[in-house]
Amino acid sequence: MTELPVSTKKKLGLVIDLDICVGCHACVTSCKGWNTENYGAPLSDMDAYGADPSGTFLNRVHSFEVQPETGPAQTIHFPKSCLHCEDAPCVTVCPTGASYKREEDGIVLVNESACIGCGLCAWACPYGARELDQAAGVMKKCTLCIDRIYNENLPEVDRVPACVRTCPAGARHFGDLGDPDSAVSQLVADRGGMDLMPELGTKPVNKYLPPRPKDRTPAKPLDPIADVQATGLAGWLDRLLEKF
Amino acid sequence: MHPAPSVIVFTVLSGLGLGFLTYLGLGVIQPEGLNAFLIYGIAYGFAVGGLMASTFHLGNPQRALKAFTQWRTSWLSREAWFSVVTLLLMAPVALFAIFTGFHTATFGLPGAGLALATVFCTSMIYAQLKTVPRWNHWTTPALFLVFALAGGAILSGAASAAVVLCLVLGVLLVVSFVTGDGRFAARGSTMETATGLGRIGKVRLFEPPHTGTNYLMREMIHLVGRKHRARLRVISILFASLLPALVLAVLPVGVPTIVLALTLHLIGAFAARWLFFAEAEHVVGLYYGAR
Repeated sequence: MTELPVSTKKKLGLVIDLDICVGCHACVTSCKGWNTENYGAPLSDMDAYGADPSGTFLNRVHSFEVQPETGPAQTIHFPKSCLHCEDAPCVTVCPTGASYKREEDGIVLVNESACIGCGLCAWACPYGARELDQAAGVMKKCTLCIDRIYNENLPEVDRVPACVRTCPAGARHFGDLGDPDSAVSQLVADRGGMDLMPELGTKPVNKYLPPRPKDRTPAKPLDPIADVQATGLAGWLDRLLEKF
Repeated sequence: MHPAPSVIVFTVLSGLGLGFLTYLGLGVIQPEGLNAFLIYGIAYGFAVGGLMASTFHLGNPQRALKAFTQWRTSWLSREAWFSVVTLLLMAPVALFAIFTGFHTATFGLPGAGLALATVFCTSMIYAQLKTVPRWNHWTTPALFLVFALAGGAILSGAASAAVVLCLVLGVLLVVSFVTGDGRFAARGSTMETATGLGRIGKVRLFEPPHTGTNYLMREMIHLVGRKHRARLRVISILFASLLPALVLAVLPVGVPTIVLALTLHLIGAFAARWLFFAEAEHVVGLYYGAR
């Protein structure tokens, strides 16, 4: 049944540090690589070498520019994948029961052999976390690398989602957000971790750590060069023209 | 939202067929014999044809039977159940009318109720989505139901009911257009809430995640329809509501009048349903700096 569990024993999820992410897209590539070769239907590309390529991705990095009231604009790289919401609207709309939230760890998954590819769950998701694979006709989404995190054939250090393992900057963290003492929960508490679109009431498990406030006013390296004092004829002209 | 032709054809035609079945179930018209065969054929043709069209946009239609399992949470699953039960329940009504000329209210009355319930389930598939504020409102089920009732009244040749329902439909269309325009803003989702970066300042998209397009953008960010929004709104109100009401009020009721009124109504219904999708904005567009 696509009823949501009343509560889940764990709330496995990601914490993404927007202060650290450099926007290298390594998580996008490693996610696509792992999830194409492992669990479920491969993440297909359409017209991959043609004029209009597009493909299925479970994780995408957007880049935003934020303009504060004073001071220069900031560029913020913004990786986005399934947030494994506690009140996941994508689960309850599913007519076949293919979409479900696991009671044991809170991971939202798609049973691909039951998915009819109606696309309604992708409509219900505010975050664009679900993409209908155009080759397989089934809905694809982040599994939190379910085939890595419990995989005892892998060394322990690799039992985290591929995106977390790959991130060269250390901007991605994986853990149980239902346990207040876990490292990820501590991080969220310390840094004021936030929900995306809280007004829609989805209660996302994944949290985003906001960029830290700038601790100094930005340097103005061009100022000394720009402030050229004219001398000679140009200086005379400069002084003369200012009189008008 | 992407106005997929299969979904537009499905919702308009199945709504019309189920609306017609409502009047047949209620016994507003009680055809007999060959006449009944043709009339129930038309009603079933629209309803079943529309429901068949709904499977064309599925990625894996061979598993469509699984859609009957999740009736406890899913409006799509409820729609599947109600449509099948309606069509089964109305079958004896049609058979009795064709072979005995008798109208059976025992099956007809519940059949009429279930036909409307099916239309309601269809509308709730859209109205339940908080992610599409324009749809997430009582006007969505109201529009779907009145479209079904007005279309059914035209097909039944119930002229005075059809005139009234067409005019109600026109008012509802105006209400849905006008109130729908401000609903996205009223919901409060912005690029600032979508990214959580509003605490720093004003957010704009600096660079999208990829240079090409993707499933999400094709499915949920549709800009073409909004260019012709004003004209299409006038067309849908004129054709779905005013012109058929005028035709039915002025011309004597008969097959040519019904065909003319229905043709006009369907042109308006298709325009309105196309707009219903094309105008609707999904919050995911905020991540792409577009709606």
